[in-house]
Amino acid sequence: MEKLNFRLTAARSAGGSRAQAIVGVVASGNLEVLLERASPADTCTIDIATAAHGFGAVWDAVVRDFVARRPAGGLRISINDGGARPDTVALRLAQGVRKIEEPER
Amino acid sequence: MTQVAANNVSLSWYEASARQRIDALVDAGSFCEYIGPELREISPHLSIFDLPEQFDDGIVVGRGRLEGSPVLVAAQEGRFMGGAFGEVHGAKLTGLLRAARALRQDVLILFDTGGVRLQEANAGELAIAEIMRAVIELRRTGLSVVGLIGGRAGCYGGGSLIAGTCSRLIVSEQGRISVSGPEVIETNRGIEEFDSRDRALVWRTMGGKHRYLIGGADTFVDDEALAFRQAAIDALKIKRGCDTTVLEAEQNRLERRLQRFGEAEDAVDIWQTLGIDAPTEIPALPTDAFLRAAKRRENADDAR
Repeated sequence: MEKLNFRLTAARSAGGSRAQAIVGVVASGNLEVLLERASPADTCTIDIATAAHGFGAVWDAVVRDFVARRPAGGLRISINDGGARPDTVALRLAQGVRKIEEPER
Repeated sequence: MTQVAANNVSLSWYEASARQRIDALVDAGSFCEYIGPELREISPHLSIFDLPEQFDDGIVVGRGRLEGSPVLVAAQEGRFMGGAFGEVHGAKLTGLLRAARALRQDVLILFDTGGVRLQEANAGELAIAEIMRAVIELRRTGLSVVGLIGGRAGCYGGGSLIAGTCSRLIVSEQGRISVSGPEVIETNRGIEEFDSRDRALVWRTMGGKHRYLIGGADTFVDDEALAFRQAAIDALKIKRGCDTTVLEAEQNRLERRLQRFGEAEDAVDIWQTLGIDAPTEIPALPTDAFLRAAKRRENADDAR
C-alpha cells in the first residue's frame, strides 16, 4: 500500500452540521471516502492509502482540484483506495462533501 | 413522510451497498451505527498482506426500528473482499448478537458473503463458530434472527452455515445459498461434476428460487428493498424459539428431503418430483407466477 498525505488551504468551509459522512466501498476500481470535521475551518487534510503505487502526482492534481472546486475547509478526509480511476475519485469526493452537508434528521 | 415510514424509493437489493440496504430496510432515519467507520476498527491482518483495508471491515452493525419496533441489524458489504468474514468483521456480528440477548431484541442479518476471508482464515472460522453459537443462544431465549439474502456475493461458506441456524430466511432470485461455491466444487470435483461457468446451472442449483422450492428459505421476494422490508416485518411476527423438538423436526425434514430427492441429477428433476407443471419454465417465471407454481414446494415450517 502507498500512503499519501495532503494538507491544503481551502477557500470555503464545508456546510451542514453532520459530524461525519462515508461514501464508496473498497473494491477493485473503487474507494471509500470518510469525511470528518476535525481540521481548522480553512484547512482540508486528506490521508490516502492506495493499492496502486506511483500515482502521487495524479492524486495531487485530483485533491487540489477538489479543494479548489468544493467547500472542503474544516474537513479531515481519509481514503482507502482499491485502484480507482481519477474520475471515480473526484466523484466520490464530491459525493462525500454533499453527504456531510445533508441536513440531520 | 412520517417518522415510521420506510424510505419509499425503489432500490435493487442486489445492486445496493450494505449501507443503502440498511437505510431502505429500517424506518427512515432510525438507524444508529455501532463501531462506525470513524473508529477505524480495521482488520489487523490485511496490512500484513499489503491489502487494502476498509474502515468498517466490510460489515455495518447497529440498531434501528422496523414499523416502530426496535431491532438490531447487521449488513455485510459484498463488494469488499467478497463480504468475507475476518476477525473484526466476525467479532462485530458476534457482539451484536450478544447485545441482542442482553437487550431482548430481534436481529436481522443482511448476508452478502463468500464465506471466510482466506487471509485471516483461523480467526474467520472461529468467528463463524462463535456467531452460530450466539444465534442459537439468542433463539433459545425466544428471540428471532432473520437472514436476508439477495446480494451479489450470495451467501456461501461459513455464511451459509450461519444462515442455516437462523430463525427464518428471506431470499430473492439473485440470492444464492450454498456451502461450496461453483468454482470450489469445480476445482475439487471436476468440470463434469459442476461447470462453474454455466450460469444457468449455478442459479438453478444455488439460486433463491431453488432454495425456496426445497425449503431452504422461507420467503421468496423480488429484488427490491421494500419487498425485503415487508418480508422482514412479517418474519419477525413469527415467534418459534429453538429447542430439541424444533431440532428434531428439522432433522426429520432433512432426512425426508434426502429420501425424496437424493437421487436427483439436477434441480429440474427435483422440481418435477415436487409436481410442478412445467419445471423447465421455473427460472423464467416472474415472482407472482413463480409463487403460484411453488404452492407444492417443500417447506421449512416444521423446523423454523
